[in-house]
Amino acid sequence: MKKLLVSPSPHIHGKDNTRNLMRDVIIALLPSLAVSIYFFGFSALRLTLIGVAACVAVEYLIEKYMLRTKVTIGDYSAAVTGILLAMNLPPNAPWWIMVIGSIVAIGIAKMTFGGLGQNLFNPALVGRVFLLVSFPVIMTDWTMPDSWFGSAIDASSGATPLGIVKEALSKGETLQQIFAEHDFSYTQMLFARVGSVGEISALALLIGLVYLLVRKVIAPHIPIAILGTVAVFSGILWGVDSTRYTDPLFNLLTGGVLLGSIFMATDYVTSPMSHKGMVIYGIGIGIITVLIRQFGSYPEGISFAILIMNATVPLINMYVKPKRFGRK
Amino acid sequence: MKTFSIGGVHPCDSKISAGAAIENFPIPEVAYISMSQHLGAPAEPVVAAGDKVKTGQLIAKANGFISAPVHSSVSGTVKSIEMVKDLAGNLCKAVIIDVEGDEWMEGIDRSEDIVREIKLDQKEIIARIAECGIVGLGGATFPTNVKLSPPPGKKAEFLIINGAECEPYLTSDYRVMIEMPEQVLIGAAIMMKALGVTKGFVGIEENKPEAIRVLSGYSEKYPDIQIVPLKKKYPQGGEKQLIDAVVGRQVPSMGLPIDTGAVVQNVGTALAVYEAVQKNKPLFEGILTVTGECCPQQRNFKHRVGTPISKIIEAVGGVPEEAVKVISGGPMMGKAMCNIDAPTLKGSSSVLFLTEKQTKRKEEGNCIRCAKCVSVCPMGLEPYLLNKLGRAGRMDDLEANRVYDCIECGCCSFTCPAYIPLLDMIRLAKGQVMRIMRSRPKN
Amino acid sequence: MSTTIIFTVVSLSLLGLVLAVVLYLVAQKFKVEEDPRIDEIEPLMPGANCGGCGQAGCRAFAEACVKAPNLDNLFCPVGGNPVMKLVAEKLGIQIAEKAPMVAVVRCSGTCENRPKTNIYDGVASCAVMNSLYTGDTGCKYGCLGQGDCTKVCSFGAIHINPQTGLPEVDENKCTACGACVKACPRMIIELRNKGIKSRRVYVSCVNKDKGGVAKKACAAACIGCMKCAKVCPFEAITVKDNLSYIDYNKCRLCRKCVEACPTGAILAVNFPPKPAKPAEPQPAAGTPAAETQSVKTQVVEAPVVETPTAQTPAVEAPVAETPAAGTESVNNQENQRAI
Repeated sequence: MKKLLVSPSPHIHGKDNTRNLMRDVIIALLPSLAVSIYFFGFSALRLTLIGVAACVAVEYLIEKYMLRTKVTIGDYSAAVTGILLAMNLPPNAPWWIMVIGSIVAIGIAKMTFGGLGQNLFNPALVGRVFLLVSFPVIMTDWTMPDSWFGSAIDASSGATPLGIVKEALSKGETLQQIFAEHDFSYTQMLFARVGSVGEISALALLIGLVYLLVRKVIAPHIPIAILGTVAVFSGILWGVDSTRYTDPLFNLLTGGVLLGSIFMATDYVTSPMSHKGMVIYGIGIGIITVLIRQFGSYPEGISFAILIMNATVPLINMYVKPKRFGRK
Repeated sequence: MKTFSIGGVHPCDSKISAGAAIENFPIPEVAYISMSQHLGAPAEPVVAAGDKVKTGQLIAKANGFISAPVHSSVSGTVKSIEMVKDLAGNLCKAVIIDVEGDEWMEGIDRSEDIVREIKLDQKEIIARIAECGIVGLGGATFPTNVKLSPPPGKKAEFLIINGAECEPYLTSDYRVMIEMPEQVLIGAAIMMKALGVTKGFVGIEENKPEAIRVLSGYSEKYPDIQIVPLKKKYPQGGEKQLIDAVVGRQVPSMGLPIDTGAVVQNVGTALAVYEAVQKNKPLFEGILTVTGECCPQQRNFKHRVGTPISKIIEAVGGVPEEAVKVISGGPMMGKAMCNIDAPTLKGSSSVLFLTEKQTKRKEEGNCIRCAKCVSVCPMGLEPYLLNKLGRAGRMDDLEANRVYDCIECGCCSFTCPAYIPLLDMIRLAKGQVMRIMRSRPKN
Repeated sequence: MSTTIIFTVVSLSLLGLVLAVVLYLVAQKFKVEEDPRIDEIEPLMPGANCGGCGQAGCRAFAEACVKAPNLDNLFCPVGGNPVMKLVAEKLGIQIAEKAPMVAVVRCSGTCENRPKTNIYDGVASCAVMNSLYTGDTGCKYGCLGQGDCTKVCSFGAIHINPQTGLPEVDENKCTACGACVKACPRMIIELRNKGIKSRRVYVSCVNKDKGGVAKKACAAACIGCMKCAKVCPFEAITVKDNLSYIDYNKCRLCRKCVEACPTGAILAVNFPPKPAKPAEPQPAAGTPAAETQSVKTQVVEAPVVETPTAQTPAVEAPVAETPAAGTESVNNQENQRAI
């Protein structure tokens, strides 16, 4: 007689698996990548491919030869880290900086904690912040997004809107003066602006967000909490003194807020488990981001904000419990 | 559309046997009638080897408050009373009867006529339900008379008939609702009379529009019973979830459904109550779905309790070639059988065949902390945490995180993208914690 | 300038003084009176904190030893007699030596003896499997092979043999802490007297089913036939619920029961091969179960043993231990001393 399988219930499984989820994240990143390639040409694509290759290679080598455990590159999580790291670099960054970033991201931020699911901090962000503090010049050398498949070497460089504002404010100019001098068109920001590979088009990032939400890869709580907090908090400051503090829309559309809130802060491993916790975490990121932008010395603070809030996640998980069934 | 408020998943629908009308399954040559067909103490046999029994005759009496009598489902001679393996391989006491003909007890109304007038009063109804061995047919097989007698100090306000049938594949309740709608509603009316309530609901998932339509057709005849279409979402048919969905009240932690004023009974139970009270027929038959994509035939059988499941499987051509698992019940909460020769019970609702591709568990990966288990848990628990605490044996923390609230619906294991068998560990931990809690002196 | 220095020095010194006083007062206030002997006894402990003694850890055990009027109910299974002797010396109490124990797996349901009837596909946990159903064989008492015992062992002394699917205890490493005994949901593992030269006779089965049922499920099952109880000259064997049990305090290792057992459910381990039949290494029992067992022991002993047995005169046979067993017991003593 045939031997039957016996197991506890449930006997069927949903369609989700780690690999599919990671693949969906990659798909959601494709619009941004496409915009980057459109404006920066193959340098953006090359950077992304190097990032993916380096992250996957580092994970493979560490698991195969150092830890001698099962190799888990098949779950695409290293590839996602690679793409996200590339998204956070200036488009004309040299290849070796990408490799260093990958080693830090995977080797230090991920594998030392025990691999997928164990790391406290978002690997791609640790890689980015490491590069930012180690190679500040390269990391803030932004190419203007105006060359259709032009070579990155010939392209003109510029500063990000946030950088321009920060510098001009420190020289004592008012915002009205700065905005009069520079042309910060919000429509242009929606489609293309100066910034890292992944953050140049707000629209492309929002398309990615919609895809992630439709596919239920992420819950909407974190992005909404971050974007809402940034809007509200910067709005309050703007209302207090509009000559010193930028308006909410400017804050939402510039810098890495969209990229960070959609792809970095929602990283499963380093974000809270309950919806309430996600909202607290998002609000924390929003507040710290605006604080760094308006009062700190860096023009952009979302990376630091996410890393700081990453550290609070275990605490949030311990004290913020989901809404239990059984209300009175 | 109404639904419960927290969590839930959307497994495939797979109601492939919905079109098959209920057929009478042939009476077996030998019936193995188990004494453990209900939650609570096994029944006490009142017949001995060699006794002649008739169909519907009492063969075992209830043994304690939470217990139910068992009636013979066949007529013939008692061969012996011995231990028979159930579907998990455990030995249960069973009365084994050699079938001779099919002679029913006098007093059972076998006509097809629908008896609408409820003649018995409240006490008589509950006594009749207890005598006829009616148990909840939604899965838990809790004695119905106990459920219809709220403990002192608690008052029932509504009766909810559970027609959600949220498990994929199962269609027995659906067939009962469209083939015997009025009987179900009369059964509901009887139970409402027994409870002394005037408001009744029938909750049906929207994927059964035919059942909603048919039952709604009787709304003029039974104005007190409201048909409530529910969103298709598992576990809509969980007792606590159904109350939340239909009347918007939540059963408190460690509480009973009656704390919200609701009593929930399954569609099959309503039919059994109708037959017991109006037709004087004890519970010895059940409706059972035989299904599965790999099964060549999709059938809904009315079987006599005690029929070996292997006989039913033979009727559809044996265990299909591709099937690797045979499940009694639905794919989310059913039990995998290791012994297909086990007899059917009052609560048997289905025989489901699953293929290796559908059911074989995949290799467990790392938890990626995606929080999907937390967001699908209909009880608002944190399965990832309970699993971790369970593996570490941290009973105090498990209790603090309310592992005892788990309804074992399987949403967490179903959804986990890393294929972690969350419920396996949580169920074990829940059992251990509840044992500890029960062993504590009550203050 | 100098005033700054003087100010700094003075203020820091004052701060230090105040804090020192606070610390002293707090320490006095929250002082816990502890028997100083606890600190003396704790270093004697093996430090495994395994909980085998029934206390929370080694320090808790040391505390219990100091508080208890005598050491009759306190025993460190890891340290064994040498450690307990040292403890007793420190406390100035006399203690009786306890016989060393070892964990024994009482199931011979190997893949050949006990064919699988279904395939378990759940989480690898005996506890989960046991609560789900009777198991993937016909025997509802036997080993489930998911290795809960191996997971709790702090000493790496118990491992599942992939060939048989059963756990095997490494006698040299086993400290008889009892963790596996508690972990086994089917209560198959028992702590038994280690025996002279680690020689033991025990019933390797816990099946309480009637003979026919048990035998159908497993070729090596105890069928409760009473043969062993009848041949035992020392009344060490009792049969209850169709299951035989050998009292290790009464057993004198005569091995008559081993020969009498029709299914090979009774095992004799670490005995040298019978000197009477040196040419025939197989013991009397001809059932597959006995063969597997003897094969198992042969693998360890036979290659080394055969030549010396052939050379040893017959008179010395009972004394002549196998070199393998010899080294083993030496190892044991060394282990205990090392601990």
